[in-house]
Amino acid sequence: MTPTIVLPVVIGGLYAAGVYLLLDRSLTRVILGFILLGNATNLLLLSSSGPAMLAPLFGYAEPEEMSDPLPQALVLTAIVITFGVTAFLLAMVHRSWRLVRQEVIEVDEEDRRVAARQGMDADDVDPDDIDPNGLRTEDRPAGKGNTLHSDVDVEEQLARRYDGFASDDIALPPTRRGEQ
Amino acid sequence: MIGDLAPLPVLLPLLGAAAALLVGRHPRVQRTVSIAVLAGVVGVSVALLLIADAEGAAAVAVGDWPVPVAIMLVVDRLSALMLVVASTVGLGVLVFAVGQGTADGDEETPLSIFHPTFLVLMAGVSYAFLAGDLFNLYVGFEVLLTSSYVLLTLGGSAPRIRAGITYVVVSLLSSLLFLASIALVYAATGTVNLAQLAGRIGELPAGTQLMLQSMLLIAFGIKAAVFPLSAWLPDSYPTAPAPVTAVFAGLLTKVGVYAIIRTQTLLFPDGALDDVLMWAALATMLVGILGAVAQTDIRRILSFTLVSHIGYMVFGIALATTAGLAGAIFYVVHHIAIQTTLFLVAGLIERRGGTTSTARLGGLATASPLLAVLFFVPAMNLAGIPPFSGFIGKVGLLDAGVAVGGWQVYVLVGGAVVTSLLTLVAMSRVWTRAFWRPPTQAASADTAAAAARDAGPEHGQEDDPAGGEEPAEEPLPAGLAGGATSTTTARQTGRRGAWLRHVAVATAAPAGGEGQPSGRAGDSRTPTRPLPAVMMAATTAMVLLTVGLTVIAGPLYGMTERAAGDLRERTPYIEAVYGAEVDE
Repeated sequence: MTPTIVLPVVIGGLYAAGVYLLLDRSLTRVILGFILLGNATNLLLLSSSGPAMLAPLFGYAEPEEMSDPLPQALVLTAIVITFGVTAFLLAMVHRSWRLVRQEVIEVDEEDRRVAARQGMDADDVDPDDIDPNGLRTEDRPAGKGNTLHSDVDVEEQLARRYDGFASDDIALPPTRRGEQ
Repeated sequence: MIGDLAPLPVLLPLLGAAAALLVGRHPRVQRTVSIAVLAGVVGVSVALLLIADAEGAAAVAVGDWPVPVAIMLVVDRLSALMLVVASTVGLGVLVFAVGQGTADGDEETPLSIFHPTFLVLMAGVSYAFLAGDLFNLYVGFEVLLTSSYVLLTLGGSAPRIRAGITYVVVSLLSSLLFLASIALVYAATGTVNLAQLAGRIGELPAGTQLMLQSMLLIAFGIKAAVFPLSAWLPDSYPTAPAPVTAVFAGLLTKVGVYAIIRTQTLLFPDGALDDVLMWAALATMLVGILGAVAQTDIRRILSFTLVSHIGYMVFGIALATTAGLAGAIFYVVHHIAIQTTLFLVAGLIERRGGTTSTARLGGLATASPLLAVLFFVPAMNLAGIPPFSGFIGKVGLLDAGVAVGGWQVYVLVGGAVVTSLLTLVAMSRVWTRAFWRPPTQAASADTAAAAARDAGPEHGQEDDPAGGEEPAEEPLPAGLAGGATSTTTARQTGRRGAWLRHVAVATAAPAGGEGQPSGRAGDSRTPTRPLPAVMMAATTAMVLLTVGLTVIAGPLYGMTERAAGDLRERTPYIEAVYGAEVDE
């Protein structure tokens, strides 16, 4: 049995394409990238048994002519896991779309907020002893929500959906049914 | 004996999860089932630890298959100790979550999903600790990760989805790396059984060994949040519900650390990458703690200290001596308990004060003295103040480091001391701000109700304690307006209210609260949600547990030294696996 060159080439190609897609900000592409990476890894696992031989069925082939059955068992498990997790990821992206009408990786507001306090030690922003003017330009209310998004559409969507909730409320309620 | 007990920490939670799912419509029954199951797991784990410590490592071939073929569950001192700590902490968090669910009403939170998922998570954690081969370690990881995805995104609110997507994608990437390295290990050696690998990997060429080792280390390093691979953690943990963050912080990263310990000692005892690990440990400690010092939100501070203190464990592993490993294992045990406790306390703080931002909290020491004690003790423990277990763990590690010597190790010892000091800085900041600052009205007004009130037409007026000192017509700052000032939507009004509240905090004169003890001040504030007794009891129990670690530190350290000795020797593990062949 001679080893095949098809598998390494396919695995390499899938890895390259998968990594490329995974680096994108669009979540749909991230999912596609993950699927490609998952398939590449599963192929790698499958090819770790060496060149393909006869099916490992008792009575069908002699043991020395059989393929190694263990990687096949492993790859079955791995495929099931990859599949389930992909479905979950897809559901999350869908949820993200329903919530903020965006399917890109969002900005972490708290990070921005901390980074924006340039030249200020955390002690300096103590609300007890800072003048409100300095505070106004440097600090904003603790924002866990999307306070930085300037997208008017998104703003209006959110305003309609979360009428009466503060923008920095950490626990926005889930989408109310029948409301779009 | 051990053969009957070893599968139980995995089986019990899985069966319990099924049962909890079946009785999902009866919250009370569900709570009883899951607490009983986890209590059972704690009992079994303690029994396993006692047996493993008395008789040494033992292995079970699941389904009585012959040994190199069978799926092995291996119980040695390390895994049994991990099981005990993990299940105890899990039980504490579950009780806390039950208390929260009872207080808030179950229809508000999807608790019928929470309990089964939590139990599956515990099963995955146990399986990862017990697995005797790489692939089942992977399966254990996947079980715990998949349930962690569900837990992290409970309720599906926008911030949680945002944080969850980062977490899920990064975790998936690390799982794929792990799977790929399993494929390469199998291609190189023809087995995934850890005991068999221990013999076979040494025969491989050095380059192949190095590649396999670094791939496994990267995969586990992501899970354990070791520095260059740790950026995902402070981003994703803080948004989850308090009990979920607590159990994640305590357990998930430590499973990664456990996997690093296991593979480094059993598969790659040559220590080819110890230097790299040293530098990674230093960077993890320093970068993590500097991040913590910069933050103002308690949960984010805690997340960064979590990353930072992973560096201590990696340091102990990288020393590759028995003393270093013993210190690392002790530190893992200490850190699981302490981080979980602190995150639970953060949950209580959020409940009491309405927020976890130290810029807005204040006066909690008078409002809830017990809460102050509950925060202070583990915070000092984390920073490594002498009588506590954090001090013992750090001294053990530094001692092991000095025993090894060399300039590189001394740099790390220095870094570890600096990290400990900076941890103290971060913790005392929270302590002084959230607990000792004079209480301000706005500190407690940050609830959805207050926000809704502010969103009304005369926003912010009644919230201004300075009595109209602050002009209500103040223009929105540029960052808030987001370029859409012209369209004054309801949301922006809400924002304006939030902003004015914030300004009100900033300008509130501490006139009343300054001198007097203000015993009544805490009561006269806008009442926040009270702290339910069950949640307080669970947190108190966890704090007592962390203090208890100090009390039993002597015997515990002895046990970690024996565990480290086993790990360095390698033979107890391998003999346990092959010994199972003789037994069956």
